[in-house]
Amino acid sequence: MEKQDALHSRRSFLKSSLLSGGGLMISFSALAEFLPSKKLAGPGMPDQWFELTGYIKITPDNVIKILNPNPEFGQNVMTSLPMIVAEELEADWKKVVVEMGPHDSVKLGSQFTGGSNSVRMYWKPLRDAGAAARVMLTEAAAQTWNVPAAEITAKSGMLYHEKSGKSGTYGEFASKAAAIPVPKGVKLKEVKSFNVVGSSQKNVEGLKIVTGKPLFGLDYYKEGMKIAMIHHPPAFGMKLKSFDASEASKMPGITDVFSLKLYEDGFEQAGFDTRTFNDILVVVGKTTWDVMNARKKLSVQWEPIADTKETIRGFRGKQEVVVPAGLETTESQYAKMQERAKEPATVLRKDGDPETAFKNAATIIERTYTAPFLAHNTMEPMNFFADVTDEKALVVGPQQAPGWSEPTLAKLIGLPAEKIEIQMTRMGGGFGRRAYAHYMFEAALISKKIKAPVKLIYSREDDMTYGIYRPMYIATYRAALDANKNLIGFHVKGGGIPEHAIHANRFPAGAVDNYLAEGWELPSNITIGAFRAPRSNFNAAAEQSFLDELAEAMGKDPIDFRLELLKRAKENPVGKNNEYSADRYAAVLELVKEKSGWNKTENKKYNRGVAAYFCHNSYAAHVVDMVKRDGQPYVERVYSAIDCGIVINPESAKNMVMGAVVDGIGNSFYGGLTLKDGAPEQNNLNRYRIIRMREAPQIVDVSFVENGIDPTGLGEPPFPPVFGAVANAVYKTTGKRVYNQPYFNSTISEKFGVAEKNTKQQGDKKLPQPKIKKGRTP
Amino acid sequence: MISLKINQKQYDVDVNPDMPLLWVLRDVLQMPGTKYGCGVASCGACTVHLNGDAVRSCVTKISRAANQEVVTIEGLSPNGDHPLQKAWLEADVPQCGYCQSGQIMSAAVLLREKPDPTDQDIDDAMNGNLCRCGTYLLIRKAIHLAADMQKQGAKI
Ligand code: FES
Ligand code: FES
Repeated sequence: MEKQDALHSRRSFLKSSLLSGGGLMISFSALAEFLPSKKLAGPGMPDQWFELTGYIKITPDNVIKILNPNPEFGQNVMTSLPMIVAEELEADWKKVVVEMGPHDSVKLGSQFTGGSNSVRMYWKPLRDAGAAARVMLTEAAAQTWNVPAAEITAKSGMLYHEKSGKSGTYGEFASKAAAIPVPKGVKLKEVKSFNVVGSSQKNVEGLKIVTGKPLFGLDYYKEGMKIAMIHHPPAFGMKLKSFDASEASKMPGITDVFSLKLYEDGFEQAGFDTRTFNDILVVVGKTTWDVMNARKKLSVQWEPIADTKETIRGFRGKQEVVVPAGLETTESQYAKMQERAKEPATVLRKDGDPETAFKNAATIIERTYTAPFLAHNTMEPMNFFADVTDEKALVVGPQQAPGWSEPTLAKLIGLPAEKIEIQMTRMGGGFGRRAYAHYMFEAALISKKIKAPVKLIYSREDDMTYGIYRPMYIATYRAALDANKNLIGFHVKGGGIPEHAIHANRFPAGAVDNYLAEGWELPSNITIGAFRAPRSNFNAAAEQSFLDELAEAMGKDPIDFRLELLKRAKENPVGKNNEYSADRYAAVLELVKEKSGWNKTENKKYNRGVAAYFCHNSYAAHVVDMVKRDGQPYVERVYSAIDCGIVINPESAKNMVMGAVVDGIGNSFYGGLTLKDGAPEQNNLNRYRIIRMREAPQIVDVSFVENGIDPTGLGEPPFPPVFGAVANAVYKTTGKRVYNQPYFNSTISEKFGVAEKNTKQQGDKKLPQPKIKKGRTP
Repeated sequence: MISLKINQKQYDVDVNPDMPLLWVLRDVLQMPGTKYGCGVASCGACTVHLNGDAVRSCVTKISRAANQEVVTIEGLSPNGDHPLQKAWLEADVPQCGYCQSGQIMSAAVLLREKPDPTDQDIDDAMNGNLCRCGTYLLIRKAIHLAADMQKQGAKI
């Protein structure tokens, strides 16, 4: 792969474009208006760098390079994290070059992309790094000029001493500055004096992306490398029994066919070392096509697994987990969930006396919501390059959490961490999926076994049928109203395969006197994993639909109703451990109300649904404007109000929110993966429905709350409430409430036993009144 | 031996005539700008031009491309300055970026056929190109922008 350096000045750009011959010739004049010079890749990078803190390198002729610590998967950290450094460094952003950092947790921190954490976690360390380097450069200039450091000012990569009229570039002082100890606790800039942070800057890898440069793991190439593919069991609950490779081995271009065990028996897995298929077949050859063809010639016998014990040391400490045998089918999974839902569950939180509240209720409203497994379907399927020898290992590819996977990799290939080099490529999407690095382990074990560099490629089918799905969920919400339609009790009982989704301490906890949250879980051999805003992506659909129905039953405006509850939670919160800020929550609702013209008559032509949610430290509210287009519900316009604290790169942040809205509409309308006898029924993008251009809204209007709070994250928070806002708009559009995701993919929804039940609850009158059961006891 | 003309350069490759153009580009010729997303013509990540038509290279046998004009993202413009590439940068379209070369290749045919496309034209022409990150709104915007640039004289 080409080195992720980029050019640094117009002068050397022009020079190197002359030098580069047929490689990369870009007409500067044509692109100048769009491109700061740093985005142009090519040779001619200087080789004398002086390092100031782990993140910054400067050359004598004042090229400033900033390392991005965190893996990039589309959240644009390649641009936004270096912007934070440049701000405090007082560098001229246009002259900064950005490079993906190496895996080095000592110098570059946790390097974890996920949980909407990149900016939040790196905000302070990156500001500190930029500020420290600025002080080191200033100090170096002070020593050289023999003037007090306090009299020197730094601006746009230059240092000035006004009294003497002296000035110089950062580059001139870089070598001296590098020898100065890194100062701690340097005073940081005031938010109001930011000029890089808060300005919209283009993606530093934009040009490489639009010209098809090799950025992704799947693009990685090393002379002499082979291509490998795995062949995993066709169904969850199956394992390898025996195989005959004689035909496959004879196929053109094929060099190796063998079976591979990922973890030895008794291996203590880390929390993200998910074991879906431990024994797999591997085919190695010259090209992907050769290997794909040879795979078809494998003759394999699979057999059912027995209950299997795994030892996992994750966030909850060391656990023995039994993975149950069995070939699961979606319909029976739903039936099982409904059965299990009737049984007692674990109490997760209880405030007041919910039993009495429900006993005394004049009205009880009860609704059940479900959601299926979801496959991440990152556009770039799983893949990894590995070159493992007895002495050392190089692994290159897309993953979200190199720091988590490295210890396991070290154990599996029997090399100490310092002999392992992990390089992080740009990821063609992640959404949580690439926090599970089994494919990196597999690539490394394959390379070790065949003693050659290898690139492991999952076909789309391998990828989609491998598991690590968003869990399957169910939750029943109940509300108790008194005779004056006041909300006096709230109860949620949620379950899932194999996890429930309940966040017991989130809204409306804290806003209702009598509150009960319960959860239960059903074990399964279907593996699951983090999927963009885990748990929240279901809760926001269920809870926000339920609140909408509740507001309607109480005769209240859905935004006003939420604001009332939030007022209560703020002024007189119930219970302890409420995880959200009622103020920030209310603020996004107020903002979306204003921006969307919630009560304006000209918007009456839309069927409007609203929802808001708090997760991953940030707040999001959407108003979804739905119409019928060709007889089908279509989201034409969306208003989004977000509080993620300080926004680093506003236009790119809006892009992220638009993407989350599109993703939310797509998954709520169509997303889902079903199983028959353990085998996924969708195995490629012709069967698994993903939102397409035609279904994307015309307008997504994004506003950010400006409150100067340190950044709290953006990748996930806008996603969950889209589901609820869509559901509420569907009701306005069709007159029917939707309870089961996906809302418009009948091949999946038909498999839900509960679909039937909720439809009956509703009746099918044109504008149905919510059916309210009187005085039922809990 | 199969003779190929890709981005106006001549190549001779010795591969199975059934091998899809996609894998010849990626694995044999080391031109990875054309992406693999599904292999079944359902995502558009592998879109290239074959005699000026947008085709899914994952299902285009190499024999079909023999001696025909193939253009990939690497050859869309000699200097990376096709109006669509400029518009893509101006609108800052990509998130992960993986789908974008396929998006641009599809859009290039649209823009040639319909220099001033409506939203409807765009939706129709681009519906076969998935973007899992959901950049569809910015893709629409960039295509309109490119159309404007083209009108103002940037040549395609
Ligand atoms: S890879 Fe060819 S259309 Fe998806
Ligand atoms: S930008 Fe990620 S798939 Fe389109």
